[in-house]
Amino acid sequence: MSAVSDYRRREESITMSSESAGMGETHELLTLNIGPHHPATHGVLRLIATLEGEVVRDIKPIIGYVHTGIEKTAEQKSYWKVIPVVERMDYLSYYFNAMAYCGAVETLLGLEVPPRAQYLRVIHLELNRIMSHLVWLGTSALDLGAMSMFWYCFRERETILDLFEMSSGQRMHTRYFQVGGVIEDIPAGFAQKVKKFIDEMPSRADQYADLLEKNEILLSRLRDTCVLDEQTLLGLGVTGPLLRAAGNPWDLRKAAPYSSYDHFDFRVPVGTVGDNYDRFRVRHAELYESTKIIGQALAGLPEGPHIVQDRKVALPPRHELATSMESLIHHFKLVTEGFRVPEGECYYPIESPRGELGCFVRSDGSAKPARVHMRDPSFINLQATAPMVKDAYIADLIATLAMVDPVLGGVDR
Amino acid sequence: MPDSSGLDALAQQLSEALAGSVLATSHAHGRAEIQISPEQNVAVLGWLRQQGYSFLASLHGVDYYPHEPRLGVIYELLDMQNVDRVSVKARVRTDAPAIGSVIDLWPGADFPERELYDMFGVSFDGHPDLRRILMPEDYEGHPQRRDFPVGGEPVLFTHNESDGYGADR
Repeated sequence: MSAVSDYRRREESITMSSESAGMGETHELLTLNIGPHHPATHGVLRLIATLEGEVVRDIKPIIGYVHTGIEKTAEQKSYWKVIPVVERMDYLSYYFNAMAYCGAVETLLGLEVPPRAQYLRVIHLELNRIMSHLVWLGTSALDLGAMSMFWYCFRERETILDLFEMSSGQRMHTRYFQVGGVIEDIPAGFAQKVKKFIDEMPSRADQYADLLEKNEILLSRLRDTCVLDEQTLLGLGVTGPLLRAAGNPWDLRKAAPYSSYDHFDFRVPVGTVGDNYDRFRVRHAELYESTKIIGQALAGLPEGPHIVQDRKVALPPRHELATSMESLIHHFKLVTEGFRVPEGECYYPIESPRGELGCFVRSDGSAKPARVHMRDPSFINLQATAPMVKDAYIADLIATLAMVDPVLGGVDR
Repeated sequence: MPDSSGLDALAQQLSEALAGSVLATSHAHGRAEIQISPEQNVAVLGWLRQQGYSFLASLHGVDYYPHEPRLGVIYELLDMQNVDRVSVKARVRTDAPAIGSVIDLWPGADFPERELYDMFGVSFDGHPDLRRILMPEDYEGHPQRRDFPVGGEPVLFTHNESDGYGADR
């Protein structure tokens, strides 16, 4: 049979009916590929969506496009050199990645972090949380058609990045947190600039609310869409603002305080029904609470060292290298081999902007970790997208994906 | 987390409820861990879930190369009411790396179990869709194993394009 006649034969076999197998005249399922390169997926996420008309019947997330093997890389590096690579996992919450990793290593070492370092960590963590929420708010509003929000949010984000640059020299992936404390004390003038920012931030957040909360289009797209109840979320392992939006006030900063979080007075915003509107409101309310924490941490910043004085773990101050032979030896040992960590395993969970960020570190007694694993909240929370958007409109899929706020660097690691 | 006597009491109750399930307990660095036999992992985790450890916080793998059983599957359980954590570890051999899936207890175990299969080659019996999740589907090997080399993969350029993807690995 020639190619042409084969084609004719197949052409004749086609019926022009729209009915597909067993589906009836008006019901035909369409499989639609979304992504991996699509602005609404907030990264390289691919979704295989099964649609019935405009209604989503099922989605399958396909991930791994930005998998860079960070956990494998971490096993090849000495402990303190792992910090910059783990920071690059969830690229919007780099202070949190460093905090989870450093906390795990400190637990294995049995280190007591000085109070000043704990407070400095809290200041930077909460600035980072505001920054991460601002990126979320700006891009999510953009997905919902509110373009000007993006510019306002990124204006405030710039201020925070300038603060990070001032304290650490870098705007992103700052490597500010070290095992045992922070790399440097804050420079002169930093506290005043942070104070100015946190005085300004609540009124900015009010302005965001004025722009969005009275916007009928935004409200009708968020209210009562893609509800998922608390029990289902717990079964799926979802934590963070998504769980709090469903009414469960689980927040590790309150439940199991780390890094002096028990010293600060703040509230945990919770939602009521767990729709997209609650998810939006909870994160928005967290902007105010983080501001309050930063204010208290600045006001009560204790005096003292910014990193542990244990020279086996922390680098000696620069000026000592010129005068002390012992410091020079310590410096040499730390920079070449690094410090050794006693054998053991540790899981250190903290509350990141997206939920429980846990770092598992196994040490075999050498100067390199035998296993580093990040329980990244984006990776776990992404599983909740499919049950959320089931039987919703495809436009709500875009809004829900924005409200779930997965960061694909954290999903794929 | 339970203190060491609390952990021993929990392990005692567990071994009374499910004979032969507890292999060892350890309490170090503020972390309570129960090592269990891999054959009974679903029953053990179901029992702990009934005891209040109802949230699966994390599920990850470890390679204890060169000590057999090499592959460790670690469940970090959380009791949200009492803010209490316990770790459950099951170790499986590399020649038969299989363990029961807990997806019926926690639907959220779906992605982590797929990641473990992808990275360590542990297969989860009863998982409905056990495929690679982070690595490409045609990838060979399980990269998080300790004996898997780093940088053993040839880079694809135009001059070696015809050799195919990863041909000489």
